Amino acid sequence: MTFLNDLIEPFVRFQFMRNSLLAIILVGSVCATIGVYVVLRRMAFIGDALAHTVLPGIVFAYFNGISLFIGAVVAGLLTAFGIGWLSRRDTLREDTAIGIMFTFMFALGILLMSTARSFRDFTHILFGNILGVTPSDLTLIAIVAVIVLGTLALFHKEFELTSFDPIHAQVIGLRADRLRYGLLILLALTVVTAIQAVGVVLTSAMLVTPAATASLLTNRLPRMMLIAVGVAISSGVIGLYASYRYNVASGAAIVLACTLFFGLAWLGRILMRRLQRA
Amino acid sequence: MALFPMTNANGARLFYSHRHFAEPVAGSAALAIQDLCVNRPNENVLALDHISLHVPIGARVALVGPNGAGKSTLLKTVAGLLPIRSGSLRIYGLPVGACHHRVAYLPQRGEIDWRFPINLRRLVMTGRYVHMGWLRKPSTEDWQVVDAMIDRLGLTGLTDRQIGQLSGGQQQRALLARALAQGADLILLDEPTAAVDVETQAVISELLADLQREGKTLVVATHNLERLEADFDSVLYLRDGCEVPPPEGAYVGAPIGKTAFQHLL
Repeated sequence: MTFLNDLIEPFVRFQFMRNSLLAIILVGSVCATIGVYVVLRRMAFIGDALAHTVLPGIVFAYFNGISLFIGAVVAGLLTAFGIGWLSRRDTLREDTAIGIMFTFMFALGILLMSTARSFRDFTHILFGNILGVTPSDLTLIAIVAVIVLGTLALFHKEFELTSFDPIHAQVIGLRADRLRYGLLILLALTVVTAIQAVGVVLTSAMLVTPAATASLLTNRLPRMMLIAVGVAISSGVIGLYASYRYNVASGAAIVLACTLFFGLAWLGRILMRRLQRA
Repeated sequence: MALFPMTNANGARLFYSHRHFAEPVAGSAALAIQDLCVNRPNENVLALDHISLHVPIGARVALVGPNGAGKSTLLKTVAGLLPIRSGSLRIYGLPVGACHHRVAYLPQRGEIDWRFPINLRRLVMTGRYVHMGWLRKPSTEDWQVVDAMIDRLGLTGLTDRQIGQLSGGQQQRALLARALAQGADLILLDEPTAAVDVETQAVISELLADLQREGKTLVVATHNLERLEADFDSVLYLRDGCEVPPPEGAYVGAPIGKTAFQHLL
């Protein structure tokens, strides 16, 4: 019982710990759910790129006293449309377009940062700090969570169909390219919440690792999303706790916990295969 | 045909395309194509060169030719997947895309991501989406249609299988079940018997005959020359995007290509 007490004590005692817990639950749910599409549609590179391209938006917002969140959302949406526009009609291959936008925006962000007096102001953007989440951040995260999860639920059958058979979608008059744009916009919103938790550099881990873990354990889409959410929230709580208790970087701790779950799932799968063959 | 409510009686539905249900033009053919030219994707090179084709309602037509002859391109153009460069294409007297309900297209198996986490029953259900449109969930009636078509193609008992765990022939039959669940009148099949087992081949042959009795029109790209006479009323021979005369002694059936149009004019 002392162990359990030990575990919940910080959350009972501190308001900021309760805020962080709520934030990580919301961030984990959103990232893991849309992450399943990111993994199944092979969009991991775009997710990573979006996370990096919001940097100039955040730095710009910081200098001008605007909400960092808004700055990030605008930069993320600009990237989503930029990639779509550059790679339209096959003039450039999509991964090339992503590579160009990704590095351009990140370099712009670094350049802006280097004009500031102190680089340290931005470490929490690069590496995330879930313990420092403010009530207003929390409100914005909650709004994004409702938008993203609500949209994914309402258009589940369309997102599902265009993911595995865009040709049938086209034949019945459903524009697969528009759904793709929609998904990119949702992804840009999601990435911004993930940055609160794990920072720019590690955001793609929140999108990819829980979903990849779930994809090893089931081949049903809704179940995959549920498992991914479970993995993301558990990792979030573990990372949060480790960060509080042992004073380590929260983002890195969360990502390492995710990877641990992935490793266990991978191992479990190998064992299952062995057992089935034996 | 109460199983397929084609009318737009339920006005609350939001269909995927702003053009949804349209009555066929009386007396028109299922498919009337005249001097159709289509480019290869992203190239200014003709993939179809002045193709003409007249398919009466209820006919079974085979498209035959080597790889790259334009069989798939023709089917994709009718399905509305490729833009028309010149010429005319009428489906029941209407332009392409005027009535998405009425045309079902069965792609080659390689065009679908079979590793996607979805089971057979949901795959077949995607054939009903055209009737549902945005925001609607499948009704009991939709599920009944889906299960009936799964039974019809001999896939009973596999409904819960992830689609990648079906055999090649079962996957092909799953796609056919979906095309039938759509309740379309014009069914376009791209190589339905390519690399499938004997059982699937027999099921498909039987199905082609059944569908004709139900008044469905079929256009099928095929490599299976032995079944031409048994399964089809007419054959159109293609090579390099052009209609070509049939090889010596090959089965032709009722004329449907350029010659058919000369009869009509």
